[in-house]
Amino acid sequence: MTQWIKDYQSACPEATISYSGGGSGQGITDFTSKQVDFAGSDAALDASKGEVAKAAAACASPTIDLPMVTGPIAIGYNIKGVSDLTLTPELTAKIFTGKITTWNDPAIAAANTGVSLPSIKITVFNRSDQSGTTQNFERYLAASAPGVWTSKPSKQWAGIGQGKKGNQLVGQAVQSTDGSIAYVEWAYAIQNNLAQAKIDNGAGPVELTADSVGKTIATAKVAPNGPGDLTLELDYATKEQGAYPIVLVTYEIVCSKYADARTGALVKSFMSYLASPEAQQSVHNLGYAALPDSVQRQVQAEIAKIS
Amino acid sequence: MATSTTAGDRILARLTSGSALFVVVLVALVAVFLTTRAIPALTQDSANFLFHRGFQVSTRPMMFGVLDLLWVTVISSVIALALAVPVAIGVALFITHYAPAALRKPVGHAIDLLAAIPSIVYGIWGIYVLAPHLEGVQRALYHLDFIPLFADEGIATGTIFDAGVVLAVMILPIITAISREVFQRTPRGHIEAAWALGATRWEMIRTAVLPYGRAGVVSGAMLGLGRALGETIAVMLILTKPADGAPFSWSIFGGGQTFASLIGLNMQEANGRLETGAYIAAGLVLFVLTFAVNAAARAVVNRKQVS
Repeated sequence: MTQWIKDYQSACPEATISYSGGGSGQGITDFTSKQVDFAGSDAALDASKGEVAKAAAACASPTIDLPMVTGPIAIGYNIKGVSDLTLTPELTAKIFTGKITTWNDPAIAAANTGVSLPSIKITVFNRSDQSGTTQNFERYLAASAPGVWTSKPSKQWAGIGQGKKGNQLVGQAVQSTDGSIAYVEWAYAIQNNLAQAKIDNGAGPVELTADSVGKTIATAKVAPNGPGDLTLELDYATKEQGAYPIVLVTYEIVCSKYADARTGALVKSFMSYLASPEAQQSVHNLGYAALPDSVQRQVQAEIAKIS
Repeated sequence: MATSTTAGDRILARLTSGSALFVVVLVALVAVFLTTRAIPALTQDSANFLFHRGFQVSTRPMMFGVLDLLWVTVISSVIALALAVPVAIGVALFITHYAPAALRKPVGHAIDLLAAIPSIVYGIWGIYVLAPHLEGVQRALYHLDFIPLFADEGIATGTIFDAGVVLAVMILPIITAISREVFQRTPRGHIEAAWALGATRWEMIRTAVLPYGRAGVVSGAMLGLGRALGETIAVMLILTKPADGAPFSWSIFGGGQTFASLIGLNMQEANGRLETGAYIAAGLVLFVLTFAVNAAARAVVNRKQVS
C-alpha cells in the first residue's frame, strides 16, 4: 500500500492520500465511523456482524468491497537436507494441530515418495498477535480438512506451536530452527530464504508462484454483499490443476457514491490506479500476486461507477 | 502558616498544592476509567477472572482470566530484579568508592545512556542477538531440571528467561542512579569512624555505606520493578506464546505473555467495547499490581528508617 501511494502521488502530486496502517479491524471501524474515505482490509465487510449495514449508513450509499491484491500464504519449513516437501490438506492440518509430531511419520512419507525425512520432532511456529494471515490459513484448513481442523477460523491461532510476534519473527524462527514449519505471508518466506512446501489438494503437488495463485483467484466466485459488490468466495479445497489454494485477498472498501464529489473523484482515480495493470505488476516484487485479468476487468468496471 | 507571607509565597503554595492535587486526581481518574470500562466485560466473563488461564475474547461466550499473565509478569520481573540489583549496587559502589576520579563521570554517563535506548531497540536486540547467546546458559540450567523452574519446555529462544535478562538491562540505570545517589550521601562521620577503627575498604562499606543506603537501594529497585512489570514492546517482541490450552509450567524457560504484552499484541484487533473491556480489565490488574508493589516498597523503606 505504501508503495502504491508513493507511485500514485509522484504521478498526481495535487492529491494527498494519508493511509495509516492499523489492523483490518481498525480500518473497518474507522470507515464505518466516517473517519476515513476508504479502508483496506484482509477480509471483506461481514454482513453477519452488521458491518455492511453500518458501512452503508456511513456512506449513505451501498458500499463496495473491491478485491485489489492477493497475498499468498506460504508454508515455510526448515529440515536439514530436505528441499522438496509436499503436504496434503490432511497432513497440514494434522501437523498444525499436533496429531503428527515427527517428520518421518508414515503419513508424511506416503505423500513424499523418494524424499528421506529425518526422525526429528516437528516444531511448529505461529503468530502470537491477532492476524488476517492466521485467519485465512485457518479458513483453508477448515475448508480443505474439515475432519481434522474443527475450530472456527479466527484471527487468533487455535492450533499448536510457539507463537512469535509478526511474520518477520515467525520467518526468522523457522530459519534458525531445524525441523520447524510455519505459515507466513509469501514475502517473508522469500525474505528469510525458507523452503516452501508444495500443496497437493488432490490434483498433484502445486508450487507457490504468481501463476498458481492466479488460478485459484480466477476460480473464485463473486459472492456480493450488495449491488456492485465484488466480495470473492475462494474455493480453498479447489482441485483445479496447478492452483495454489492458500491465498488471502485484500480488499479496498469504498462507498459507491460519496457525499463530496471531489472526494469521490479522488477515490475513484486512486482506485483505478490500483487496479491498473501497471500497479498490479509492481506489487509482485513485494511478495503479493496480481489479480487475474478477468477479475481485474470486473474491478475496473465497478470503479468506473463510483461517483 | 503564622509567618508573614508575601504574594509570591501564596502563589507558589497554590501552584505546588495544585500540581500535587492534579497528579492525585489524574491517578484516580485513570482508575475510574479502567474500572468503568472493565466492568461490562467482566460481567460477560464466563470464566473465573482471577483463576482462569486462557484469554479468549473473540468468540462468545468470552472466557478470560489472568492467572498465567500474573505468573509470567511477576516471574519475568523477579528475574530482572535478581540480576539487576547486585550489578547496580556493584556499579554504584564502584563509582562512589572505588573508581579513580577520572573514571567516575564516564562510567556514570555510560550507565545513564542505557536508559536512553528506546525499548523497541531492546526488544529487537533481545530476540535477534541476545536470545541465541543465552541458549547455552539455558541448556546448562536444564541439568537442574529437578527444580520445576528450570524444566525444558522445548523453546529455544524467546523464553521468559530471555525477557527477564533484557528487562534487567533496561532497569539497571534507574537502580544504579538511585543507589549511587544514596551511597554518596553516607555521612562523612560514619566513614571516618570506620576508618578509625582500622576497617578495610570492604569493611567500611559493609558497616557504614550499605546500612545507610539500604532504604535507597530498595526504593530504586521498586522503581525498576515498576518499569519491568509494565514494559510492553520489548517483552512483546521477545516472548514466545505457547499454544492455547498447553499445560501450565513453572519453568522460566517456557513462554507466555505478560499483562502488557497481551494488551500490546491484541488491542489493535479488538472488536467492540466488550473485547476492549476485557483487555482493559487485564490492564486494571496490572495497575493494581504496580500499586501494591509501590505500597510494599514504601512500607519497607519506612520501617528501615524507623529502626
